[in-house]
Order: sequence, then structure tokens, then C-alpha cells
Amino acid sequence: MDLRYSESENEFRKELREWLAEVLPALPAKPGPHAWDERRAYDTGWQRMLFDAGYAGINWPTAYGGRGASLTEQLIYLEETTRAGAPYVGVNFVGLLHAGPTIMTEASEEQKAAHLPRILRGEEVWCQGFSEPGAGSDLASLSCRAVRDGDEYVVTGQKIWTSFAQVADYCELLVRTDPSSKHKGITWLICPMGLPGMEVRPLRTIVGSSEFSEVFFDDVRVPVTQRVGDENDGWRIAMVTFSFERGTSFISDLVETDRTIGELVKLARRVTRRSATAWDDVALRREVGHLQAEMDALWAMTKRNLAQADRNGVPGVGGSVMKLYYSELLQRLTDVAMRVLGRAGLSREDVGGLESGAFVEERLRSTSFTIAAGSSQIQRNIIAERILGLPKDR
Amino acid sequence: MDFELSADQVALQDGVRNFCEGRFTIDTVRRLEASGGIDRGLWTELAEMGVFSLRLPEDDGGVGLGWADAVLAFEELGRALVPGPLVWTQLAAGLVPGAATGETIVGGLDRDGEVALVEFPGAIDVLLVLDEHGAFRVDPRSVVLRSIDAPLDPLTPVAEVAGLLPRGDQLLDAEGATALRWQGAALTAGYLLGVSEASTDLAVAYSRERVQFDRPIAAFQALKHLMADMLVRTEVARGAVYAAGVTLDDPSVGSVERAVGSAKLTAAEAALGNTKTSVQIHGGMGYTWEVDAHLHLKRAYALEPQFGSRDEWAERIAELLDALVA
Repeated sequence: MDLRYSESENEFRKELREWLAEVLPALPAKPGPHAWDERRAYDTGWQRMLFDAGYAGINWPTAYGGRGASLTEQLIYLEETTRAGAPYVGVNFVGLLHAGPTIMTEASEEQKAAHLPRILRGEEVWCQGFSEPGAGSDLASLSCRAVRDGDEYVVTGQKIWTSFAQVADYCELLVRTDPSSKHKGITWLICPMGLPGMEVRPLRTIVGSSEFSEVFFDDVRVPVTQRVGDENDGWRIAMVTFSFERGTSFISDLVETDRTIGELVKLARRVTRRSATAWDDVALRREVGHLQAEMDALWAMTKRNLAQADRNGVPGVGGSVMKLYYSELLQRLTDVAMRVLGRAGLSREDVGGLESGAFVEERLRSTSFTIAAGSSQIQRNIIAERILGLPKDR
Repeated sequence: MDFELSADQVALQDGVRNFCEGRFTIDTVRRLEASGGIDRGLWTELAEMGVFSLRLPEDDGGVGLGWADAVLAFEELGRALVPGPLVWTQLAAGLVPGAATGETIVGGLDRDGEVALVEFPGAIDVLLVLDEHGAFRVDPRSVVLRSIDAPLDPLTPVAEVAGLLPRGDQLLDAEGATALRWQGAALTAGYLLGVSEASTDLAVAYSRERVQFDRPIAAFQALKHLMADMLVRTEVARGAVYAAGVTLDDPSVGSVERAVGSAKLTAAEAALGNTKTSVQIHGGMGYTWEVDAHLHLKRAYALEPQFGSRDEWAERIAELLDALVA
């Protein structure tokens, strides 16, 4: 077991740090949460800068124009970009991390050539059409129908939780092509956005933003050439998408959460009640210290997951464990912050001279973490059945 | 960076596990209650396995390994619930003659607070005493003890120090004593990690056999989720425990104090959480002496206050954090 960085890893960090220090101050101001066209331009502009500097597709193989970085370099990349406050992957998320890798593995050469270079350069934005109102945790029960009509599929149905649908060019779309079969009746399509019969309706979330949309399909005609893989083989292909996880998913979140704990310490020193600060309370200090100890453990687990993924191609037991533990930890942390805030927590804007708004925002935002991408309850089922080998009966 | 066990470390882990499965079956462990938790012959076998000498240089009769290896060995000792002052004797190797070879059984005591209990009072040859000035070697026969008939853990017999504890011979200064506390925290965390795993295995095995409502209780989601949480606590602690070992070996990779604190805290959390859950999953049988679940639970409680409780470490980590945050 070795936690030291090699010389070349240190060199990679140094170069990246220098580049970030050079380019970040020159970035335009970050657009507001509802300015979708500007957000697209901002995120794809950043992607283009990464591309020009050789950092685009940090995890993509060099054969597809990516950096082909080792997992430790990916760790360094995520640490440094997050610490430096670089833009997030943003609207490029689905293209870079889901659709792109799936196309690499499963699509035809024409499809690869049509999409991969454009995703990498920030010229093409993707969204994901997997979940439906009736198919959440039980995704394979999805019912958005695609009926073959000559050279086209005629798609009718509804998708939900589609991030960035307002600004996407393509959707990785799962459709039901055989209603008599469950897992073996699903097909994976590259669906261009804006086809006749499609309608995007943004959803207002708990934080008031419109990150997610519903997408409605009413006799939408998608050419059969847009299919990836065989008809009715889409479930397997979708599962391939999930198999790209190498244990790097939560690194940016861990960096942010370490920072949040530091901010909480500062907040607790400033909040005063009955002439003592919140930080004077040993019970609070213990809670914060406890959370930091758990965070340190999650960092160690991340490094183990990376080492295991490096050897075996998958991050061992770590994937579900990480998702489950981190998401619940973040909620415990933001709960502590709300307690420290007291009535200052009534406002999502800073009040009382405190930097309070971000904590309130984070408390609301963190409620989604135990739900999205496999709820905590689904993660526990996965751990119980796939790792502990317990029976599948509910 | 490669934070996975090396081939040698896997071999060490397998070696200690096989030894424990052969020589420290749970029936053997239970029988040790009658002899105060220790059998000299078995203790010598532990020493011959290298359990106490593994960090000593080969020239001094050791194995020349590091703390990362030591925590792996202690994880296996914990899995088998091997009793005795294993951590103190391992810490004393190289410090107290005979500790490494098993000839001298070394117990210990951190003099902090009003209650002073000596563990394994009938078996230890040397008592290491830590206080704010350093580490001291005390002859246990010179300590006046009040015997205690009902220890929490039947395999961790204790006696109370009656009157003043003799000062003994100073072996280490204050800084040395602090280092011992950190090392002891890492080894204890390794042991607790093993207890966490053993209690999970016990609960999982029972839940597959026990039939109620015409099916194994392992099929019920309410229980599956309890057991999933047992695995999660173990795996979170595992990262911290291994990182503590690696950081003790090479302090350039991080703060030693924070690493051992995180290890001890999360391992205690895993051990207590898991052993309590194991009793619950065993139902009425979990409340009996016959089923092993209580032995895990009691060992977890016995080790939680050793080398810093969860509360103490949480408070200390908050202090370290406070110093870091401008």
C-alpha cells in the first residue's frame, strides 16, 4: 500500500496548477442559474479551453482524442480543478461521462466519428432520457414506446429528470421496442433534440432551479440509423454506461465537502448566542470533528477504490458504499450547519453579516443526493444482494 | 500511488488468518476465560507467528515490516477475537526485553482520569504506564489491586488499582508516550476492524439459516438493510485503518494524528454499530451466552475507550481543524 505520488504525478499536478492559475482569472463571469443559453456557452467554452490545453476527456482513451490519464492523474485533475474553483463539467456531463463512453464501446464507426470529436471539443451537448414517471428505481419497466415504421422509429411517451434538456443537441434515449419482454425489450437511441413532436418542460426543483426537465414524445420519428447496437439490446448497453465508474465520481464532492466543513468552523466561530460562540460548544466541535474523521475515511476509501479499479477494471465494493455513505454524510453535515444558523437559516441569502446562504442552499440541494442515481434504499439492496449475497426476495 | 495491499501484505494477512483459524477457534477462545484470557503456550505461538516482533528490524530478531503490515495482522487477530494485551505487547517490542519473543507479557494503562483498571492482572509480567510525562515500566506485583469478579468482557479480566500506582522506570519521554498512543490507536483500530467483519459474517450466516414466516430472515428487506449498513461501516473504517498504518510508516503522506484518529473513531463506530446489530439480528439467541454475538459486542465496548475514545478523537480532530482554518 502506497499513498505517495510519483514524480510524474507531481509534475502533472504542477503543470495543471500553473495552467489553471493562468486561465481562470481570465474567465468571464459565471452566468445565473436560469440563463440557460449563457450557461451552455460558458460550460462548452470551458470545455474548448480544456481541449486546446490537452485536458479534455481526461478519462477518455487517446484513441478517441482523450487524455488517457491514469486514475491517479484523474484524481489529481479533479482535486486541482475543484480546489482552484474551475467550472464544473456542467452541461457537458452526459456527453463526456455517459453517452460518449457508451458510444465508444457500443456504437458504429460512423456514429463514433459523428459524435465523439464534437463532444470532446464542446460542440455537442447531450442529455439523458432514461427515467420515466413510472420507471424510477425500477428503470427496466420503462414504457416510452418506439414502433418501427420503415426506416424510422415512431416514439411516444415521456421522460423525466432529464438534465440540461433545454440546451442539449442529443439525448441518449431508452425506448420500449418489445412490450412482451422487460429487460430484453429495450433499445438505445441517439435522439436529436427538437424533432417534431418533442416538447421539453422544465421542472422546478426544491431549490427553485430548472436543472431537470420532463421531455414529451408524441409520434416523434427517429431514423433507425440512430440506433446504437441491436434492437432490444438497449438494457445491456445502458448497463455498460454504468460500468464506466472507476471510483472517481465523488472526488469533486469530497473536495467541496472538506471546504464546507472549514466554512462551517468559520461560521460557528462567528455565530453567538448567550455571549458564547457556537464553536465554544464542545458538543458541536465533537460533531464536526466526527464528520471530518468520516470524510478522511472516505478519502482513504476513494484511493482504495482507484487502486482496485486500476487492477480489476471496477472499483470493488466501493462504488455503492461510497454513494450511500457520502450522500448521507453530506445531509448530516448540512443539518449541523442549519442548527448552527438557527433563524439565519430562514433566508437563502446571506444575513446578519454571515455567509449563511450557501449553507441553506446546500441543505436543500443535498436532499437529492440520497435519491438520484440509485436511492439509498436501492444502494442498500445492491450491497445486500450483490456483495453480501443475501436472497433477492423483497 | 497504489493504495491496495501488496502481494506480501496479502500473504501476511492470509498467514495470520490461517494461523488464527487453526489455533484460535472460537471454542479455544472461550476456554481461555478460565485462565484469565491467556495461555502461555498459545501466547508463545503468537510470538512465533511474528505478531509482536513484526516491526522489529531483522537484525534484532524481527521481521522488518511496518505499521501498515501490523494493522493487517491485528485485523486478523480481531476477526478471531484473540484475547490478551496484544496491542501493549506489540508496542513494547523493542522497548521491554522479552516482549517480542512472547516471554514477557506486557499490559498497559494510560493514566488519565479517576478510574485506573489493569487488564489481564493475573497474566501480565510488565505494566506500561503512560502519563503526560512519558512512558514508565512498572512491576505489576508492586501494584496493589482490588480484584473484580465481573468484568464486562469475560475475556478481558480487569482489576482496579487500589491506592497509588508506583512510578516505575521511565522508558520514554512525553513525546515518546504520545507516539505510543497514536500507534496503539492504529493497532486497536485494526483489531476493531476485524471484530466488525467477524460480527457481520456471524449475522449474515445466521440470517440465512434462521427461518420465520416460511423463509430465511435474510430475505426480509428490513434485515438486509441492517446488514448492508454493517458492510458499509466496515468498508469506511477499512480505508481509514489502512491509511493510518501507511501514514505512520511515512508521515509525508498526511497528518499522523488525524489519520490514526480517523481510524480509531471509524473503526470503533463500525465495531460497536455492527456488534449491536448482530445481537439484534440473532433475536432472542443474540441475548444468550451460548451464541458468540455478545463476545464481539463486549470486546468492542472494552476497546472503544482504549487509546482515545470516539468522543476524545472527535474533539481532537476538531482542534486540529480549528488550527488549520484561518
